[in-house]
Amino acid sequence: MQPIITVSQLTKTYASGFQALKGIDLQIRRGEIFALLGPNGAGKTTLISIICGIVNASGGTVTADGHDIVRDFRAARQKIGLVPQELTTDAFESVWATVNFSRGLFGKPRDPALVEKILRELSLWEKKDSRIMQLSGGMKRRVMIAKALSHEPSILFLDEPSAGVDVELRRTLWSFMSDLHRKGTTVVLTTHYLEEAQDLCERIAIIDKGQVKVIETTQQLLDRQAFRFLRLKLGNGGVLPEALRPLVSEEKNGVTELRLERERHPIAGVFAALRAAGLDIDDVHTREPDLEDIFIELTGRQPAAAAGAAP
Amino acid sequence: MSEGEMQPRPPSQGQLAPGDEHLAHFSDRVGFFTLTQKEIKRFWSVLGQTVTAPVITALLYLLVFAQAMQGRAPVYPGVSYTQFLVPGLVMMTVIQNAFANSSSSLTQSKIMGNLVFLLMAPLGAWEWFAAYVAAALVRAALVATVMLLVALPFVHLPIHAPLALLTMFLLSGGSLAVLGLIAGIVANKFDHLAAFTNFIITPLSFLSGVFYSVHALPGFWYTASHFNPFFYMIDGFRYGFFGQADVPIGVSIAWASACLLLLTAICMWMLKTGYKLRR
Repeated sequence: MQPIITVSQLTKTYASGFQALKGIDLQIRRGEIFALLGPNGAGKTTLISIICGIVNASGGTVTADGHDIVRDFRAARQKIGLVPQELTTDAFESVWATVNFSRGLFGKPRDPALVEKILRELSLWEKKDSRIMQLSGGMKRRVMIAKALSHEPSILFLDEPSAGVDVELRRTLWSFMSDLHRKGTTVVLTTHYLEEAQDLCERIAIIDKGQVKVIETTQQLLDRQAFRFLRLKLGNGGVLPEALRPLVSEEKNGVTELRLERERHPIAGVFAALRAAGLDIDDVHTREPDLEDIFIELTGRQPAAAAGAAP
Repeated sequence: MSEGEMQPRPPSQGQLAPGDEHLAHFSDRVGFFTLTQKEIKRFWSVLGQTVTAPVITALLYLLVFAQAMQGRAPVYPGVSYTQFLVPGLVMMTVIQNAFANSSSSLTQSKIMGNLVFLLMAPLGAWEWFAAYVAAALVRAALVATVMLLVALPFVHLPIHAPLALLTMFLLSGGSLAVLGLIAGIVANKFDHLAAFTNFIITPLSFLSGVFYSVHALPGFWYTASHFNPFFYMIDGFRYGFFGQADVPIGVSIAWASACLLLLTAICMWMLKTGYKLRR
């Protein structure tokens, strides 16, 4: 199937001389949930700003549903809805007015029934006559989503949808995005919350310093790591056999974590060694490496939000 | 779809075939009306600032100058100084308000950050341009109408050439609306806009023969005035009322048209390339 977004050799150098994108190539498949993951300043926002027509590229091409975003900008932009990172909208307007305005700007005739449906789905219907300045941050975020959906785009971009929102709203947004995805909308989000990408997205592109480091399905990415963790709690004050000592990655509160390379240390071997030593096992579980481990491996740094992501 | 097909399609179809859309191609009527409406609503919600205040300022000029200059010889045969003053003041107010409307609206959107909604919309440069100019002209027309209505009970104004009047209004108001758009695109903050207003718009509008006929000026200033486009805008507008002016009406129309064309070319280039907007 033809990809819904094709980005080829995309570059962007700002007037300041800063090279934000250094030849990005990526394709987004129709109907998937796709994450652009990367540390702050990696170029994620620049990339989606170019796709959405807000920023001019320095080189390369982008097509949205087969339409070149420059030559066929009208058709391309019709397909795209964007929820920008900043909560900027007309503070003095009512929710109702601003969502209808967005629809009109996209050249679509008024459709009060559709706008009502969108507002109800986002739990904004009761607030439709409120001025935007009177709303909480979370509600403003939802107004931005309503605006982005008002012209019925087939691709929805969300730039850092979870930045600065509380856990509850984040969960609500995730389930909303999953719903949209089920209904056939392609959803692309930028995030530096690894958990978000891991739970929600089918494929992930990791971007760093203006380049795509890797594009893979979430599972492939997670499988990349050639190791996994085994956590053991030994019964009757048992002591780990010397042979397994070199594999220990962590010991805490009587729980021992072993880092096992998939090829060299099959789990069955560990159990055989424990049995041979006559040890009782009280508790055991395995932990697969998460995106954070992979992210650090690929970019060589901690994701900026990793610390802040903990609720 | 053939390359040559350039017909506007009903935007309600939502689908535009590739190849028949260009930046310079006005085809999105719904988008244009939506933006125009929004721009009108913007100044309409603060009429006190956008209409009442400039009308009062202009009427104060009228009051002060008419009193101070009372009894002076008529500028043109059969035209008293007060009569002479009113069209000039109206046009000066049109010039200043057309400029203020588009420039402050765009700069405000830039600073507030909601310009992003315009940038991502599938609006072409012409729709964007036309919406801002139309809204600025509505404000200018409102200001001019209110001024004339307030002045009429006190000053008799003949209307010699209504078509010239309308033409001069549209060309001049249009030029300044476009200049405002250019200033809004270039300005990064309100300071820049204030500089534009204080160092260009205000001096040029005061030195344009609002308060006097340029024939009364000494040689250098007389010549200098003839390089000021605002002079022709005001002079041509005055012709519409009295049928007499400092220069022939054709010259005024030519200057105002040239002004509008030049500014439109610059502005359209900026909108099409995304100069300072899409960085």
